[in-house]
Amino acid sequence: MAGLDRDDSERLVEAVRDAYARNQPLAIVGSGSKSFLMPADDGARLLSVAEHAGVLEYRPDELVVTARAGTPLKDLQQLLSQHRQMLPFEPPLFGGGGTLGGALAAGLSGPGRPWRGSARDALLGVELINGRGERLRFGGKVLKNVAGYDLSRLQVGAFGTLGVLLAASVRVVPAPQAERTCLLDMPAAPALQTVRALCARPVPLTATCFAEGSLRLRFSGSEAAVLSASRDAGGELVDGDRYWQDLRDHRLPVMRPDVPLWRVSLPPGADPALQDGVVEWGGALRWLVAVDPGPGELAAGLGGWAARFGAGYARAVCDALPPPQMKYQRRLKRNFDPENLFNPGLVGTDAD
Amino acid sequence: MKDAVFHGVYSSTMNHASALRQLRAALPEGAVLTDRHQLKPYETDGLTALRQMPWAVALPQTEAEVREVLRICAEHEVPLVPRGAGTGLSGGARPVSDGLVLGVSRLDRILEIDVENGVARVEPGVRNLAISEAASAYGLYYAPDPSSQIACSIGGNVAENSGGVHCLKYGLTVHNVLGLKVLTVEGDELQIGGKRLDSPGYDLLALMSGSEGMLAVITEITVRLLPIPPEKRVLLGAFRTVAAAAEAVNQVISEGLVPAGLEMMDRLAIEAAEDFVHAGYPREAEAILLCEVDGVTEEVDNDVDLVRRVFETLGAFDVRIATDPAEQANLWKGRKAAFPAVGRISPDYYCMDGTIPRYELARVLAEIASLATEFGLRVANVFHAGDGNLHPLILYDAGREGELAKAEALGGKILELCVEVGGTVTGEHGVGVEKLDQMCAQFSPEELAQFFGVKACFDPGQTLNPGKAIPTLARCSEVGGMHVHGGRLPYGNLERF
Repeated sequence: MAGLDRDDSERLVEAVRDAYARNQPLAIVGSGSKSFLMPADDGARLLSVAEHAGVLEYRPDELVVTARAGTPLKDLQQLLSQHRQMLPFEPPLFGGGGTLGGALAAGLSGPGRPWRGSARDALLGVELINGRGERLRFGGKVLKNVAGYDLSRLQVGAFGTLGVLLAASVRVVPAPQAERTCLLDMPAAPALQTVRALCARPVPLTATCFAEGSLRLRFSGSEAAVLSASRDAGGELVDGDRYWQDLRDHRLPVMRPDVPLWRVSLPPGADPALQDGVVEWGGALRWLVAVDPGPGELAAGLGGWAARFGAGYARAVCDALPPPQMKYQRRLKRNFDPENLFNPGLVGTDAD
Repeated sequence: MKDAVFHGVYSSTMNHASALRQLRAALPEGAVLTDRHQLKPYETDGLTALRQMPWAVALPQTEAEVREVLRICAEHEVPLVPRGAGTGLSGGARPVSDGLVLGVSRLDRILEIDVENGVARVEPGVRNLAISEAASAYGLYYAPDPSSQIACSIGGNVAENSGGVHCLKYGLTVHNVLGLKVLTVEGDELQIGGKRLDSPGYDLLALMSGSEGMLAVITEITVRLLPIPPEKRVLLGAFRTVAAAAEAVNQVISEGLVPAGLEMMDRLAIEAAEDFVHAGYPREAEAILLCEVDGVTEEVDNDVDLVRRVFETLGAFDVRIATDPAEQANLWKGRKAAFPAVGRISPDYYCMDGTIPRYELARVLAEIASLATEFGLRVANVFHAGDGNLHPLILYDAGREGELAKAEALGGKILELCVEVGGTVTGEHGVGVEKLDQMCAQFSPEELAQFFGVKACFDPGQTLNPGKAIPTLARCSEVGGMHVHGGRLPYGNLERF
């Protein structure tokens, strides 16, 4: 594999131990591609994991890859595609960047998530440094593993607040033999109906997206299966690859960085009132442009949640929880990181 | 097996008497059992070698009653062991002598089949198969199917993060649960997840899955339902060597196919199954593979061709393809009856549950065979080859002096071998009380301490299912014969008593 192959773990462990001894907060960063989701600089010392990179183990027939956290997603994708495999959760590459560790810490998954699983679903095991500077391994590199609590998946979406990820084993899947994208022009309400009906049927659907009066459906699998499914779906066959990457990486025109974009996670069949904007994941994920206070209350009323996809996002994901849950979350945080060293702006540490 | 339970500290006769009075007042007539004969069925789960009579059993029928039971136990410092259907295989639901068993079997309502959102909301005592039965009217089903699915409860499935035959394609329980309602020993109700695909906050859904009832008591579960695949085929391939069968497993997967199920049986298992249910397996095979593929017709046709080609290329001398449901059921019959079949050819057997990287299959199976010879015991292998989840069945006779201990020692060796090749001591059965010692081989003292820390976040008084899943450092220091794991000398600097 092209790219950096370097073990920087000793320096990272030393840095955390040093920070622990001196009570020096650390801002963990990989490639920085998702720093727009993090709060502004709060005096924490930068701890870069980017130099701790490289694939540690990859056996294509094992459907697992183990790599250091700083490994660029691009390199990883390239390696996998050489073997006709892919990361099932299609992590976003904002601005073309992103590392494996960052993808897991942010826990964001791409268009195939309802069918191929999330970042957390793909994770099999991690190595991390906790807030006492201890190097720990949880999970493993096999699919079935119930030894001990699942402290590896607990790291996904925790934005590094429980530990510095050093390496991870994730499940990979074969790239589909064939893929087709159908484009159907229709308004929002019937688009959602179409999508929900498709989701309840055994079809090789792997992505849906409604935006600006157009519904796109992606089918993946064997040549014959994809052909038959796309014929049944109707509409126009379009070049999909580019579109799904643009959606994943937020390059669609409606997701411009200068507009207040909200990420809304909902039960997929939820109220059509929340259909404007971009609707993906079979209806379960919607991107809305909205001014403050945003669609949070509306989403909660529908059994979902919303967060502004900007500088407050990581904090909203880590800290905006109902009180009983917050109590246990703070205890977990204290347990992994007693001195509140890691990304200290994200999880409050008030007493219970 | 050593007793992991460090009870006694909780014991207080007065407390127990008061707790019992309150439990009887809080629950309906007949929901609190203390009579010896009534307690007897609760003394063990599916790991029947380990028995312990509980102090009492409570069988609440509503979430409000569960809450009361938790409150009363917390107030009186009575240890509490949650229990689903009691089919677990690692002693996770084994009672503690001065503790209450909280059975959730009466919380068995399917609250909602939500077709629009593709989910079911159920109580923890609902049987696994009952969910798929209720969803089938809508063309939907719940994918994870542990072999005990007729009897096991969904609450127990979440607690153990149960697997089954179809995990390679459809994932484990953790991949198919979207929401949980749990009660903590401190009386907090946590609504984790829901009908959506993700939630803010730490992933407590993952943390609760497989936590063996040690962090909270589950009172409601929202599971994902999938469309029933329209087509299904089952292939049988018979091989002259175990190594060739193992190679075929890897080849199928490296060809880009993720089968719904891929199972292996070795000669001893084949013979036992044939004698028992006459599935028509080729007795001259050293190993057979059973491969199930499902999906839309075009996909299935494609996959069947691929699997047949791989089997033939790797020297399968008999390849059968079952298309109609009756033929398929017949091919599966021997696999599904394999455990009881082995039970017929030996007075006792001990079922192991390690997982290894698939590419180590041939080597590990050979190693198990030579360990078996060394110990003078027979081992039958019937397991989930597709995901590397081994179930070696160690045949022994408990009536013979020392043979149980020998079987356990061999089992321990096999699990340590699994860890050594990069696998794990338990793939889907859980640690419970059974594999506490092997956990010492898989985790360092710091890692175990982190586990204990997480336990303390939810159950500071250690009263919820005490002594399960995570071995104490003191216990690990007493376990002899551990190998050095990952270059780290285990417990070198630990105090010894």
